Amino acid sequence: MTEDLVLPAPRDAAPEVSGDPLLVVEGLTKHFPVKGGFPIRRTVGAVQAVDGIDLTVHVGESFGLVGESGCGKSTTGRLITRLLEPSAGKITYSGQDITHASRKQLAPIRSEIQMIFQDPYSSLNPRQTVGKIISGPMEINGIQPAGGREGRVRELLEIVGLNPEHYNRFPHEFSGGQRQRIGVARALALEPKLIVADEPVSALDVSIQAQVVNLLQEVQRELGIAFLFIAHDLAVVRHFSHRVAVMYLGKIIEVGDRDSIYTRPRHPYTHALLSAVPEVNLGDDETVGRERIRLAGDVPSPINPPTGCRFRTRCWKAQDKCATEEPPLIQISGNLAGHLTACHFPEEPTIEARDEDIVLDPALAALEES
Amino acid sequence: MKKLEGRSPGQLMWIRFKRDRTGVVSAYVVAFFFLVGLLAPLISKLYGKDPYTVYADERPELFDSAGVPLQPNGGISSQFWFGLEPGNGYDVFTKLLYGIRTSLMISVCVTIATVLTGILLGVAAGYLGGKPDYFISRVIDFLLAFPAQLFFIASMPVVVSLFVSPTDETPTYVRVVALIAVQWFLGWMSLARILRGTSLALREREFIEAARVSGASPWRIISREILPNVVTPILVQSTYMLPGFVTAEAGLSYLGVGIVEPTPDWGQMFSKASTELVMSNDITYMFFPGVSMIIFIVAFNLLGDSVRDAFDPKTAR
Repeated sequence: MTEDLVLPAPRDAAPEVSGDPLLVVEGLTKHFPVKGGFPIRRTVGAVQAVDGIDLTVHVGESFGLVGESGCGKSTTGRLITRLLEPSAGKITYSGQDITHASRKQLAPIRSEIQMIFQDPYSSLNPRQTVGKIISGPMEINGIQPAGGREGRVRELLEIVGLNPEHYNRFPHEFSGGQRQRIGVARALALEPKLIVADEPVSALDVSIQAQVVNLLQEVQRELGIAFLFIAHDLAVVRHFSHRVAVMYLGKIIEVGDRDSIYTRPRHPYTHALLSAVPEVNLGDDETVGRERIRLAGDVPSPINPPTGCRFRTRCWKAQDKCATEEPPLIQISGNLAGHLTACHFPEEPTIEARDEDIVLDPALAALEES
Repeated sequence: MKKLEGRSPGQLMWIRFKRDRTGVVSAYVVAFFFLVGLLAPLISKLYGKDPYTVYADERPELFDSAGVPLQPNGGISSQFWFGLEPGNGYDVFTKLLYGIRTSLMISVCVTIATVLTGILLGVAAGYLGGKPDYFISRVIDFLLAFPAQLFFIASMPVVVSLFVSPTDETPTYVRVVALIAVQWFLGWMSLARILRGTSLALREREFIEAARVSGASPWRIISREILPNVVTPILVQSTYMLPGFVTAEAGLSYLGVGIVEPTPDWGQMFSKASTELVMSNDITYMFFPGVSMIIFIVAFNLLGDSVRDAFDPKTAR
């Protein structure tokens, strides 16, 4: 099957997830104020980066968050790690409300939520040795592991596949993939229960991506760490996640377990997203190909998002109802348990080719007609 | 087996610097001047003279009735290597040594004060952002609008009179403190601005966020994550600033608002050289302070360039 080349089927069946919720996010909202006006600057609007999302990450589960650039994925990650202050909503970590907790209040759970960053070239302090970078979090939280901090760092370097002898080296002596491993080691240093991985592999080249994803998966399985995996690469998310949420313009529009989202998507946007994954066609198979949907235009401005359903401006099924009424994120008929979709007119739960391609981009349509 | 040890950015800079011949030579020249200033008492002891002895009284046979040295070239001899000063007849060699000492001492103090202020306000503005940043930046803009030289000249007497009543004689240390204070007051902004920009850029880097995710305090973030990364602009900028302060101090002394007789000072020697008595009778007097200052300033500026190149090899000059 050609499809395997693109979306590698996971090596094992959808793993079981223990039922305890670790992180519960309700109605999380982040609006960045837009200042303007003269002579007195005042708030004239807001970038609605994240606008009321709900999600739950269970203990030991890896939860994927996908979406286009600028849809609020990274903002969500930064809100959960409390690098940003939420405008509204509630973040609960193992039963504790951390929505507006101060640095001191957060101290006891800081060690349990860690983050892996996108850019390995800016996420390591160029003036510190690898040893200092990785032991930094232990120092801050006053953790004295058995065998000393240096021993622990060497152990961590080994876990992430680096030479423990690299302890005294500086970040500029490493390649991007190795740097990202150092970032992973730093996140693991505190033995966290939840790691927010913000596009951890998108800055790496493809050959290294697989190594790092496999490393993360190994870490996730063996240490039982829950992951919030933020990415725009659908194949990587499919490979890595137990459950997946699709974001569009600050909202979650579809969430469900991996197989539901990838093989039985309902929301038109999810269909479009999946169909945008490049496909290698060797030309010799008679099986039905995948559906083909090409959207037109860009994501609307989050300063002034469309009324009702936010996807309606680019949706081929949009009707009057979509403009007036915002579809709730619910389990619509035909969905499996836990598969929620926010759409008034959902698509068929299949990704197989339909009778006619949906090409909304006028330039592309004209090109194909000629 | 040789232990695997990485080279820090600082070590790399040092290696690059050592390869730069201009930089190394300039560094030696600059070090020589600092050594001369530091060892001035020792050198003058070995030389057997001091800058305060009035040779016009001690050895009147060397001077004519106007107080000009009789021997050619301002009385240069095996006894008085750089000659004698017309008028009071001070020994020029020791006077220059002590003059360098005074000037460099004042300039180093100004540099340290401005660098500390620049770090404090610049990093604070850049890291805190928002209101503190706005406030500090406006103060910087305001102070940069001052005409510095005019302000120095005008404010020196005012600052001095804050400490001493105008009828009393001003002690030298008050003049030194006043010189340091006025130069510091209008000297810290350029470095603060650069550091504000650098910390503003650093604040958005992900390693700062990583430290915050680990629960690091703002103090730890500033001292461990930001400061080590602004060492480069601090070093480069201060090697550019120090020669500037030396010339500014010399200028003030030349204009008569800095260090005054009999305290030896580099700039004040220029002022002396331009008096009518010296100008018309002993043009040689200007030679030694002038040449030594040119060598010092040129060497220091070249050193500044080399330091910058060593830290930032990618930027073409």
